[in-house]
Order: sequence, then C-alpha cells, then structure tokens
Amino acid sequence: MENTYNFKEIMSREERLAPGHRMCAGCGGTVAVRAVLRALHPEDRAVVGNATGCLEVSSFMYPFTAYEDSYIHNAFENAGATLSGVETAYRVLKKKGKINDTFKFITFGGDGGTYDIGFQSLSGAMERGHDMVYVCYDNGAYMNTGTQRSSATPQYADTTTTPAGKVSNGKVQVRKDLTAIMAEHHIPYAAQTTFTSNFKDIHTKAERAIYTPGAAFLNVMSPCPRGWGYDASELMTICRLAVDTCYWPLYEVTDGKWMLNYVPKKKLPIEDFLRPQKRFKHLFKPGNEELLVQFQKEVDKQWELLRRRCEA
Amino acid sequence: MAIRERLSGNEAVAYAIKQINPDVMPAFPITPSTEIPQYVANYIANGEIDTEFIHVESEHSAMSATLGASAAGARALTATSSCGMALMWEELYVAASDRLPIVLALVNRALTGPININADHSDSMGARDSGWIQIYAESNQEVYDNFLQAFPIAEDARVHLPVMVCQDGFITSHGVENILLVEDEKVKELVGEYHPEHFLLNGKEPMAVGPYAVSNYYMETKRAQREAMKNAKEVILELAARFEEMTGRHYGFFEEYRMEDAEYVIVIIGSAAGTCKAAIEKIRQTTGKKVGLCKIRVFRPFPEEELAEVLKDRKAIAIMDRSEMFAATSGPLGAEVRAALQSAKSQAEVVNYFYGLGGRDITVEDFERVYERLEQIAETHVIEDMYDYIGLRSRD
Repeated sequence: MENTYNFKEIMSREERLAPGHRMCAGCGGTVAVRAVLRALHPEDRAVVGNATGCLEVSSFMYPFTAYEDSYIHNAFENAGATLSGVETAYRVLKKKGKINDTFKFITFGGDGGTYDIGFQSLSGAMERGHDMVYVCYDNGAYMNTGTQRSSATPQYADTTTTPAGKVSNGKVQVRKDLTAIMAEHHIPYAAQTTFTSNFKDIHTKAERAIYTPGAAFLNVMSPCPRGWGYDASELMTICRLAVDTCYWPLYEVTDGKWMLNYVPKKKLPIEDFLRPQKRFKHLFKPGNEELLVQFQKEVDKQWELLRRRCEA
Repeated sequence: MAIRERLSGNEAVAYAIKQINPDVMPAFPITPSTEIPQYVANYIANGEIDTEFIHVESEHSAMSATLGASAAGARALTATSSCGMALMWEELYVAASDRLPIVLALVNRALTGPININADHSDSMGARDSGWIQIYAESNQEVYDNFLQAFPIAEDARVHLPVMVCQDGFITSHGVENILLVEDEKVKELVGEYHPEHFLLNGKEPMAVGPYAVSNYYMETKRAQREAMKNAKEVILELAARFEEMTGRHYGFFEEYRMEDAEYVIVIIGSAAGTCKAAIEKIRQTTGKKVGLCKIRVFRPFPEEELAEVLKDRKAIAIMDRSEMFAATSGPLGAEVRAALQSAKSQAEVVNYFYGLGGRDITVEDFERVYERLEQIAETHVIEDMYDYIGLRSRD
C-alpha cells in the first residue's frame, strides 16, 4: 500500500464514472463514487455493484450506462448478496482457468439500501468474507423517494416522514452507528470517511478497502443538497463542518485495531454543522435551545466512545 | 449402460447436480428441499465437484447471489421450497428479465398460512407469471431427467430464461424409488460446457446488467421475454428428443396416459398422476370404461394448442388443481386449460377440483369417484358444482 498521496497523479486518472449521468449538482453520492473508483489501480478491472437508489436510476438509464467497468444492479436490498455471487463466480472461473483478468468488486448503496433494507444482505456478505468492498454513500435519508427518514437520519432532522411540526421536532431517534457494527463483524477493514480538502482520506481508505484481501466496508458521508437543504456549491464546507464538529469522525478499523485519522485542533460546536442545513432550521427557533444541547451531548458521547475505542 | 440405483427425489437432483458440476450454488435450507444443498455440500467437502457453495443468510440472498454469479458468467443454481421461494419472489422476476439461465430445484410445498411443510403447488403456481420456465415431475426418475435437461434449455441462445424444476415435497423428494441414472460422460455430452456470449467478467467487453428502463423501453423487454418463452417450446422438445435418443425415455409438454380412446379424462400435475394411473388401470380392467390422463410436464410455457388438440373431443374432463388462486372460481390449471378448450371451441364438459392442499392424501378411490362423476356429467350435462374439493373434511 502506498503511503504517499500524489494529488495530481490521482486526480488525473481516467474517470471510471463517465460524465452525462443524471445525478444532481452538489450531490455527494457522485463524488463518493468517483473518489472510490479512482482508487482502483488503472490496470485493474472491476465489477461495480449498486443497490437501487438515486445513483442507480441516474447512472444506468437504459440504453446508457455511465460506468466504464462492468456493472450490476439487481434490487434495493441485495447489493451485498448480488456482489457476493459475482465474486464467487470470479473465484471459481479463475480456478477453472476460464478467465485471466484481475477483477475487483465494489458495490455502492445509499443508507436506505445499506443501514435498513439491505442490512441483512450486507451482514451476510461481510460475515462470509467475500473479497469485496461495500461502499455506503450515506446521505442520511431515503433521498431517491423524496427524503424519508432512515436509521441513518440524525436525530431532530426534518424529513418527509418525520416532519418538524407543531408537536414534532423531527426524527425522534439517534442514528445507527453502522461503521462500528460492520467493524464488529471482524472484517479485515472498515472505515468511515467523507470529502476532505485534498481527498486524501477517502482515497487512502478506498485503496485499502479495495486491496485488502477479504471483506471491507466503507461508510462515506455524502451530503444531499435537496434533502439537507444547502446550496450545491457548499458541499465541501458541509463536509468540513461535519468533521470539525466531530459529527462525522474520520476513522478506520484494521484487523480489529481502531484508529482515528483526524482530531480537529479546535472541536467546533455542533450548531456550526446544523445551521447551514434547512433540515435543522427548527432547532434554531426560540425555545428549542434544549434540542441543540441534546444534539451536542449525543455528538460528545459518540466522540468519547470512539476515542476510547481508538486508545484501547 | 444406465446405472440402476435407489434414490430419493432430493438425492436424485443432487446427483444430477454432481454430474453437471456447476460453478456456483448459493442456498439456504428449507424443508423439504434442505437435503439438496446438504448433498452438494458433501460432494464439495469430499472434493467430488468444483462447485463453490455460498452459505447465504436467506433465500432472497440465495437468488440474488445466484443471479450475480450467473450474470458474472458462471453456471449457477439454487434450491428451495415454499416460503423460501416466496422470499425470492422479487428476484424471480429480475432473473427472468435479466435473461439469466439459472436453474432452480424447487421442492413444492404449501405456502404458509397456516404453516405446513407438505406438498402442494401454491409456491410455484404463485410464481407462474414470473417469466420462469416450469417443468414438473411425477416421479424421482422424472425429476432427475428433467433436471439434466434444464441447463441446456435455459442456456439455449433462443431462450435465455431461468428454469424451475419442480417435484412434490416429501412424496418424491423423500420417497426412495428405483431410478436409472445416466452415465457421467453422457450427461456431459448433453449439458456441455457453458460459454456465455456476454458476461460481467469478460475482460474484453465490460457489460452492464439491470438498467432502469422507463416506459419507452420497458414494454419491449416484456415482449422479448414472451418471444423467448415461445421459442422455449421448440427447445424443450429438441432436448426431449436428444434425451430420448440417449436414454430411451420419452418426454413432451405433457404425458398422455391411456388417451388413445379415452372419453373421460383427468388433467393433473405432479406425483398424484401415479395414483390416477392406478385408478385408470383398475377401472379399465373392471369396467372397460374409457378413462385416461393428461399429465402436464411443462406448465410454462403453457402448451395451449397442443393440449387443446388432445382434449377437445373428449366427453368430459376433470382438471385437478393442487393450489388455490382465490378467484372464488378456478384454480390456476383449471383456468388455463378451460381457456385452451374455449380457444379450440371444444364442447367437452369440464369440472375443476381442488385436491392435496398442504399434503392432503388423494387415493385411487378418489380418482375412481372423479371418473364416475365425469361419466354422469357427460350423460346428464348437469354440473352442480363446477369447482369441487376432494378429501375435504366434512362439517360433522
């Protein structure tokens, strides 16, 4: 694994997700896909899998595909199982001498297809140890159907099925910590990342995930301008604030060893991350100060828990 | 020389899998099909086959992984029953629409509600619109023979459709019968090596599977599936001819039993045909009445014209359904056979029976009563109950 990160070389690699797809401007999902596929060594081939969602309906609308590599979409809840079939076919066909090329197996799913409906299929694929990477582009709600709550939706978020209203403050529950759950499958590599200024974090993690033999899981916070309510040009700012408030810590778990990849010099208050997003607008109304306090407490609790895991 | 053996239906299917030596088998256990993956796992554990087994965590994942493996270029299959198949439902449609030559060993079992582990056809009949070829068996010999023909039918360039090889849970799956096995080299000759034209792992040509197709394109994919299903009729008969040449055993869309002069006819699917044949022999020997049987082997594609041609000039016909479709009228076989007779402008009297749901026994005497009733209907032209039950417990 390379320790050096040559920004210019990496960014000048040929795109494996062709332009002309129909994803929204400012969509984090598309950035996640491009960043992860850039970590494939240019000489290697891949089969890209995909759960049903925004990405699938926008990047493979018949008769056009945006993928330079082989690609398979099956359904919403089975990206893990589908790619496990592809990967197994690869092993047996290679053993029988029917194919020669080196293929890598990467599948993408939104948080709906990963945290919720596809959770069982993902868990099975990881537990069986297929040599594949499952990448969740986590935008914290069912965006393809119009921003309904998922188990990845943060507490208090205003979604179309947990609307903030006269007697509602948005989603009641806190988010599911899927990266930790995947790490507890004792797979060789699990990591959490998003888009940082030079994309080193996501690139390094994607490369490790792809080239570590066995099952790997990558959770990429991928903001959605429509669902979160920010201006498309603010994508990178939102990501920086998520990381600097410790809402979305960057960490990885390699062979059971937990490691924090980034500790902000000054941990920013959670308001800084919440304020630019329309989905949290109601939290800033007079009388809702306590909700912000609660949100901060949850972030602090999770951050402390993660730090303890990483120090152990 | 064919090999004489005594095998259960499950073991016969597993033995066929061993002889075919497919690439990938994802499977999840469910009664009464569980033994099939168990036998295969044993063959793998003893180095007898090269197949990779995927220990999936559900039947939905079983069919999803089978689909992935097949799209990747592998010869792939799975086995299931009842609720396992219901959990695969969504994937059955995807597999057919992706035109993947998957084979499913289905051991028919009643769908839950209430839970029941015995044979009926509610699982496969519910999937009759999913785009799969469906081939049914009366005996262990037939399910073995059907399984050997399944991959060549599915993989034929004119077809490219998945095939469901069905047998009745416990009745044949667990019943041990004498069986003639085909020699390994003959199986290899029949089934051949799989060389897909397009597949995900083709380094020379990337491929994309499973698109989003808007209204401008969706309808043509369904029409293409229909054409493939029509082509399948020809291919199924070709395979049957090759198989007959190899083994001497004859197969078609359906079996005609004592139909040469039959006036009163039963139409049925699956293992109960054996009981019906015993009733026919008994009736013919004791009374000389002209009774016969039409046993459906291929339900999808449905051999409408061929069946109507054979049935249309009989005096009276009883169509026997081993599953409900809750139309409050026919069962699925009843509806389709009647439609076929209508198209052929048949004047035959027709009744429809439900029998054997959830494994309820059907006896030689039951069939004798059906034939007696057919004779009566043919004479009186009065049908009091168009949709009747066999073996139903009475209220008292």
